[in-house]
Amino acid sequence: MTMRVVSPGAFTTIQDLGRPGWASSGVPPSGAMDQPALRAANLLVGNAESTAALEITLNGPLIEFVDAAAVAVVGALFEVELDGEPVFMNETLPVQAGSVLRIGKARAGCRAYLAVRGGIDVPAVLGSRSTYAPGGIGGPRGRALQTHDFLRAGPAASHLAMRRIKPIVGSNPTEAVRAVPGPQENAFTARALEKFWATEFRVSPRSDRAGMRLECEPLAHAGSADLDPEGVVTGAVQVPGDGLPIVLGPDGPATGGYVKIATVITADLPVIAQARPGDTLRFVPVDVERARSAWRDRERALFESIEELE
Amino acid sequence: MTQRWRWVGDRALLRTFAEVDVIDANRAALACRGEVVALALPDVEDVVPGARSVLIVMRPGAEPSGDVLEILDADARDTRSGRAGRDHQIPVRYGGDDGPDLADVARLSKLSPAQVVAAHQAAEYVVGFIGFAPGFPYLLGLDPSIATPRLETPRVRVPPGSVGIGGGYAGIYPAATPGGWRLIGRTDVALFDPLRDPPALLSPGDRVRFVAR
Repeated sequence: MTMRVVSPGAFTTIQDLGRPGWASSGVPPSGAMDQPALRAANLLVGNAESTAALEITLNGPLIEFVDAAAVAVVGALFEVELDGEPVFMNETLPVQAGSVLRIGKARAGCRAYLAVRGGIDVPAVLGSRSTYAPGGIGGPRGRALQTHDFLRAGPAASHLAMRRIKPIVGSNPTEAVRAVPGPQENAFTARALEKFWATEFRVSPRSDRAGMRLECEPLAHAGSADLDPEGVVTGAVQVPGDGLPIVLGPDGPATGGYVKIATVITADLPVIAQARPGDTLRFVPVDVERARSAWRDRERALFESIEELE
Repeated sequence: MTQRWRWVGDRALLRTFAEVDVIDANRAALACRGEVVALALPDVEDVVPGARSVLIVMRPGAEPSGDVLEILDADARDTRSGRAGRDHQIPVRYGGDDGPDLADVARLSKLSPAQVVAAHQAAEYVVGFIGFAPGFPYLLGLDPSIATPRLETPRVRVPPGSVGIGGGYAGIYPAATPGGWRLIGRTDVALFDPLRDPPALLSPGDRVRFVAR
């Protein structure tokens, strides 16, 4: 199965669940920003959850299918048209040879995933097909999609079940993002900490897969904003000397030398993935126990939300 | 037993080492990392050394194993068998277009450019950790007399192979990236190749010497 990129959209990359395990070589994990959405899209087309798909950002691509295929779009609410007719997100969508799929603008949320039955077949680099554009790794020649790229799907089993998923993903800008305090909460004044948990932050347009920058009144450090560089995780909220927080994303640096006021819990990373420039968001502190039970709830919800249509 | 680690978010554990000298702290961190890596636990996604820390990243939902917590809580550890890393010689062209900040480093250090180059070559460096960009080594052991602060305004593009000084660290830019370190020379050695295993030429614990070419 081959598809042709007629136009790539604002920023469309190939992503799977990433390449964790290479931080000691300075390579970030990359992978889908909204992992439950990627996994759901794959399940709808009969792929393994970790299969590579397209991550679409704010404005989607126009894709011509040279061969028949089955696809699914899951994530932020996009306008999707097949040969000019509106079609549903969140369900298995058979596509005829010669058809054109248009993914328009995101009406709510920021990112969606277009999974193709058989997965998108580019060479795996360090165990993953995920695009890490700043490092030129993964995807088509280490970059985002461009016009006239041809993408091929891998082999797929002959039987295809038609499935649908309740839209569990998407952004809710009024929902507070849960975060575990620290690891350097003591590097901030008591007033700054109070402010951090009370502020409505605005998402800066200077945000990308490496980090989401937040606009606010600067947060004051108790001492230095710098520390001996240490390993960081996706979701870490680092606050450099200017006092403006950055939520690190999957393409962020593997180690960092700025103090971190909090760390977004794994279950709420999709909320960060779906926040658009200009959206506001708040953080609410939770302990590790609650963070871990939130993750288990989210996993259960993901699998319970999938229905067979036949 | 005292708990010497803390949670980072809901799936990572951070152990920092308080030894006064960062070289000692780093040696302890790398030894600790080696012990965790040796367990080869499927639930551990990554074990990331920092200057004076180790971060254990677990798969989502995984519980930290007792073995790992025991290693993180261990107080003293034997770091004497610490010459496990490999030795590297990095040939460098110093000054001129290859090292546009050599004169500034000399001025800030109150040394001649030749003395800066000599001090840079005299040290045996240890790769403390890799970060900032794929394959970028943070080298410990810089002669304090040539430690110089980063540029106020980072360069938009640092040429690949640039050899620099950032505060008390020496380093090498593997690829063209923005960067704020002061550049004193350049090497042709390829520091990062994603098709190689490991992809980074230098690994934490390796030793590095710079030689003029």
